[in-house]
Amino acid sequence: MNMNYTAEELAFRDEVRAFLDEKLPADIAAKVKGFRRLSKEDHQRWQKILSEQGWYATHWPEEYGGVKWTPVQKHIWDEESCRYGVPRSIPFGVNMVAPVIIKFGNEEQKQKYLPRILSGEDWWCQGYSEPGAGSDLASLKTRAVRDGDHYIVNGQKTWTTLGQHANMIFCLVRTNTEVKNQEGISFLLIDMDTPGITVRPIITLDGEHEVNEVFFEDVKVPVENLVGEEDKGWTYAKYLLTYERTGLAGIGMSKAALSHLKQLASRRLKNGKPLIEDPTFSQRIARVEIDLTAAGISNLRIIASVEGGGVPGAESSMLKVKGTEIRQAINDLARRAIGPYALPFVEEELDLNYEGEFLSDENAAPLSAQYFNNRKLSIFGGSNEIQKNIVSKMILGL
Amino acid sequence: MDFRLNEEQQMLQDTVARLVRGEYSFEKRLEFSETDLGFSADFWQQLSELGLTAVPFSEELGGFGGGGVEVQSLMAELGRGLCLEPYMQSVILGGGLIDQAGNDNQKENWLAGIASGELKAAVGLQEPQSFYDLNNVETRAEKKGEGYVLNGRKAVVIGGHCADLIVVSARTSGDTRDTDGISLFALSPDTAGVERRTYPTIDGAKGCDITLNNVQVGADALLGEEGNAADVIEYQAGRAIAALCAEAVGVMEMANELTLDYLKQRKQFGVPIGKFQVLQHRMVDMMSELEQARSMAILSASVADSEQSDERRRVLAAAKNVIGRAGQFISESGIQSHGGIGMTWEYNFAHYAKRLIAINHQLGDDDFHLERYASLLQAS
Repeated sequence: MNMNYTAEELAFRDEVRAFLDEKLPADIAAKVKGFRRLSKEDHQRWQKILSEQGWYATHWPEEYGGVKWTPVQKHIWDEESCRYGVPRSIPFGVNMVAPVIIKFGNEEQKQKYLPRILSGEDWWCQGYSEPGAGSDLASLKTRAVRDGDHYIVNGQKTWTTLGQHANMIFCLVRTNTEVKNQEGISFLLIDMDTPGITVRPIITLDGEHEVNEVFFEDVKVPVENLVGEEDKGWTYAKYLLTYERTGLAGIGMSKAALSHLKQLASRRLKNGKPLIEDPTFSQRIARVEIDLTAAGISNLRIIASVEGGGVPGAESSMLKVKGTEIRQAINDLARRAIGPYALPFVEEELDLNYEGEFLSDENAAPLSAQYFNNRKLSIFGGSNEIQKNIVSKMILGL
Repeated sequence: MDFRLNEEQQMLQDTVARLVRGEYSFEKRLEFSETDLGFSADFWQQLSELGLTAVPFSEELGGFGGGGVEVQSLMAELGRGLCLEPYMQSVILGGGLIDQAGNDNQKENWLAGIASGELKAAVGLQEPQSFYDLNNVETRAEKKGEGYVLNGRKAVVIGGHCADLIVVSARTSGDTRDTDGISLFALSPDTAGVERRTYPTIDGAKGCDITLNNVQVGADALLGEEGNAADVIEYQAGRAIAALCAEAVGVMEMANELTLDYLKQRKQFGVPIGKFQVLQHRMVDMMSELEQARSMAILSASVADSEQSDERRRVLAAAKNVIGRAGQFISESGIQSHGGIGMTWEYNFAHYAKRLIAINHQLGDDDFHLERYASLLQAS
């Protein structure tokens, strides 16, 4: 048993820190740390810096421009980048569709799409969920009918994160209605500029535009955009979901959010003293910090087992549930910490360039909105109920 | 023992329910929320015409002479409609403070207007440093000639943006956290030196922070005895807490009804999702929390207008604690049971969820009231 980093790993951590010290733009880090909105341009600017460093595609083989990090190195990157305020990488291209193209795509698709993901030329979004197919993803109804050299796609996708920025979408579509749900699904790559595609915003309860509905009406998709074999898409979809689930526990992000919470609680007053010295509140913080410590070690145990050649299985589902609950608990406390000031929604203070007087705390404005927004954590990427089903089936055999 | 409403109370509740159903569709509410006023002037007018803004006031004022139960029946229906009007702020709290502390002149000047709905009052008792402690007052009122000069800031005054009369606490003596030395003043927001920073709130209403910068008021602005307002504030905040609890129960009822409907309608894996045991049990827990909350709302209504006592204090602290916890549980569980749709602006559930969280940030959250209750624990 050795829970310390090796000398090489420590050297890697120094390298990561030196890189972030030098290259992470201060305005972007300030936005991330203050829970402000990031623009498309912010994401693209940071992606370019990462790509130039060769650290953008950490899941890809080196021949396609990836970097070969060990699970521990990835973990170090995750920890450090959350601590520094690195923007959450938009996973749909680099971490979702790319691994599918690499494993199941043909050579032309690899040559065409992978470089454009690396360069940032393509912004991908995910066409999985539908109004009638959420947790029961395999019941999806969007139809693709072969017509000569094309598929004609009709249907609707929903919860399409940042689809408003995307120029490409990977979609699960039904190509066969005669077979079991899972067996008639195909995996299509679709250019968002194709006629017949409409993107409509979904405004969430915090007033944000993050997700969208995407409508397909007689959309012509060239057959060469099919990944792998027709009707075998479910296999690829599941492969992708394992990539989606790793990292959903968000341990690094919870650590950053906790540190933010403690700073906030040191500034806010209750009974004339800093809130962090208040018995009730400090115990609430202590409890979530203890839970996070435990989840952090669980995360390391999974990482170590993967490092030793294991495959993360249902353990990541357990960690997703725990990790999202912890992050939501931290958001809950941050909202509580500002007391009556949880009520005002002062939108202008969300702007990093805001120069007016802050209504209460300089970081108060996004806190309630963030608490509400992060209710999504226990819903997306497979709801926590679905994760528990996976655990009860895969580990417990129930 | 009888928990049923009497005929008059039932009629009152039915009247409000009809009005809310007729005038306060979800779509209309979104529109009201986006106006500068932040609620419906027309609906306020109708509340007034039906005599509903007069419910808690004595008959001499044209009031209904209603007590905690009448207020409870009314607030629950306003909760079901997620009504944005500042009823609690103006009628219950503002009217209550003036009714209890005001002299005959002040009552004559203001109470009739509040009861008729023509005059809207807002109440500023919190400050940036006060958290939820209403005795934590830094705003100063210094005697000058016959009147006073006020300096300080009042935080998160819901309804303050459109109020015709603002009631604020200010310290005439003592230190920030002393119980003694707090006074109440009623002033027009147009008084020189009053500045309002208005904002929307997370639950769709509007409020403001009020800065008082050398605000000169006459002796007639002082409500009640100088330096002795803490008890009045505590008592009236208690009545407002009971009203909030009643409102919260209405919000929770709707949140649960919407969730239950969704569990029956929404199909996944070929069946309504309400067939899944994990969702059934969560729905049952939501109902149990609602019943706990309802019981405490009833109990708090029963003491709202009784003489102050440690028992009244305990009941109100307990009620607000239960309401806070139940509200958060129902809010979060309801969103989770709905899935993504529960997080969208266009569907009404999220707005009920937000109101429940917001109520926990008004007049003390569950932690605040747990501590308060603990400090009042009786030896066995």
